[in-house]
Amino acid sequence: MIGNLLANYEEAVAIILFGIGFTMVLFQRNLIRKLIGMNIMDTGVFLFLASMGYIRGRKAPIILDPSLPAESYINPVPAGLVLTGIVVSVSVTAIMLSLCVRLYRRYHTLEIDDIYRLSKHQMEDR
Amino acid sequence: MDIIRNFPLFTIILSLFSGVLCLVLDAKAARRYTLGYEGVILCLCGAVFWYAVRTGRAVTYVCGEFPAPWGNELRFGVLEAMMACGFIAVLICCVVAGGRYILQDIDESKINLYYALINLLTAALMAIVWTNDVFTGYVFLEILTLTSCGILIVREIGRTTLAAVRYMILNLMGSGLFLLGLVLLYDVTGNLLMVPMQEEIAQLMAQPHTAMVVTMATGILTMGLAIKSGLFPFHYWMPDAYGWATPTSGAIMSSLVSKCYIFLLFKIYYRAIGIEVFARMPIRYLLLALGMCGIIFGSVSALRAENINHMAAFSSAAQIGYIYMGLGLGGESGYAAAMFHILAHAVTKSLIFLTTPRLAEASGNSLRFRALQGSALRDRGAGMFFTVGALSMIGIPVFAGFSSKLLVAMAAADTGKGALMLSVILVLAVSAVLNAQYFIRTLIRIFGDSEDTADKTAYFREDFILPMAALTGMNLALGLFSWLFTDLIRMGLGMFG
Repeated sequence: MIGNLLANYEEAVAIILFGIGFTMVLFQRNLIRKLIGMNIMDTGVFLFLASMGYIRGRKAPIILDPSLPAESYINPVPAGLVLTGIVVSVSVTAIMLSLCVRLYRRYHTLEIDDIYRLSKHQMEDR
Repeated sequence: MDIIRNFPLFTIILSLFSGVLCLVLDAKAARRYTLGYEGVILCLCGAVFWYAVRTGRAVTYVCGEFPAPWGNELRFGVLEAMMACGFIAVLICCVVAGGRYILQDIDESKINLYYALINLLTAALMAIVWTNDVFTGYVFLEILTLTSCGILIVREIGRTTLAAVRYMILNLMGSGLFLLGLVLLYDVTGNLLMVPMQEEIAQLMAQPHTAMVVTMATGILTMGLAIKSGLFPFHYWMPDAYGWATPTSGAIMSSLVSKCYIFLLFKIYYRAIGIEVFARMPIRYLLLALGMCGIIFGSVSALRAENINHMAAFSSAAQIGYIYMGLGLGGESGYAAAMFHILAHAVTKSLIFLTTPRLAEASGNSLRFRALQGSALRDRGAGMFFTVGALSMIGIPVFAGFSSKLLVAMAAADTGKGALMLSVILVLAVSAVLNAQYFIRTLIRIFGDSEDTADKTAYFREDFILPMAALTGMNLALGLFSWLFTDLIRMGLGMFG
């Protein structure tokens, strides 16, 4: 068991990172901390993908010497997925940060419990 | 007729293009343009549906001529086309009927942005319905999440911002889990296209240690999409998000967005994992149990709500439970019931979310039950259509809600397991009683005696009446001709895998 974990330490670290991020999103009461947790969670998945896509001793899939067989290159798809994932993560973070700015302007705090308490007193008009 | 094979791609590209175009149009032009092009999309989806029914087989559309396992694919059959038609038809009704509130709730300089978001949301809906690639599914899932958050926060009051933050946090946790599950599946199968993935998984399930990885990945992925679609116990964001958004957004989010996540989940079960493999997984029973809890707890929360929109939102949580219960029951009849309920709930819940703001408007702009006393008498049109929605939700025969409940009950009977059947029927019965209790209570309230019964809406508004009549028509069609729709869904399931 431990041997397996050591052999796949990158994946193990990735899952631990994901866990840290996930619990932060779930249990932190400050919005910025939640956001940081979300980014850690995504980073965990990207690390997982990147480490899975790299095979020791193989080259990046750019063909300079046509005589080399396909087995001497790594698969480019995981790297492509990581890039796509990063784009998604950045845009989501941007939207969340803008929401935080809007909430802060209205309630002057980023503690979710306080915001919730303050919003309860608002009018319930349609 | 082979040009129809390109139509699914057209619907996605056209929607993306329209989203960009709306940025440079003014508010009125953006609205006209959006309605026109959504009409075109509906026609395209209708043509695809006709083509799929006529040929009787699924079509795989290879993007960019790269064959599997490399390229990206769209795939359509009767079920996908039916969902696309249903989603777009409901979306058009929501946009038309909520038009007046869009003008009221949104700053005039941002109205064209709202329509841009609606167009991008359409692109995401279409892509998720048609795609045959799990990673494309993930990307458009995120687009769907972002655009739905956009149409929620565009009404700039504090509560929508707070609701959007809660919505986004839960959704992002769901997306993270979905991505992790998807990456794990990619890790063990080496494929992102659904059909080659299914072939790999069939081999992997033969080995106990790889079977465990597949089961775990499926579990993580399921949990992600369950959080996103609001399955019990992840439904607490619903009331604020649906209740405070502008009515068009609330209706679209409750009737289309959450259903689209479930459709993607179902597609992954059916096509990427393999439905026989899924049927043997313990996750199925978890979905069944959570679905049942969702029905009961959603209904109880709805019963305790003091605000009509919150009640409708909690009732949505209960209805999501029905869909998951259908998936959990399994078998062709279970899946058919789940798919039928997706459509039935979409046409019913949008009817409710679009009528409540008018009832509130006739009652001093309050959504609280106390203020709504006699509101249906002050706005008879809205009262009438709310009644249709409420009767359908309760499950009165003739309406769509009855047929879907009947289909779930029949699916339970088809499993042939006495205890399971009994518990499902029991949950259905309890839920019917609870549903009836809170909706009939609401009906009594809105039709009740009130000092002020003067009609507040003396003028005939065709932009409200026509889409509402269309939704009522769809509701009645689903209820009266449920046999036709279930036959089509079964035909679709036959070519879905």
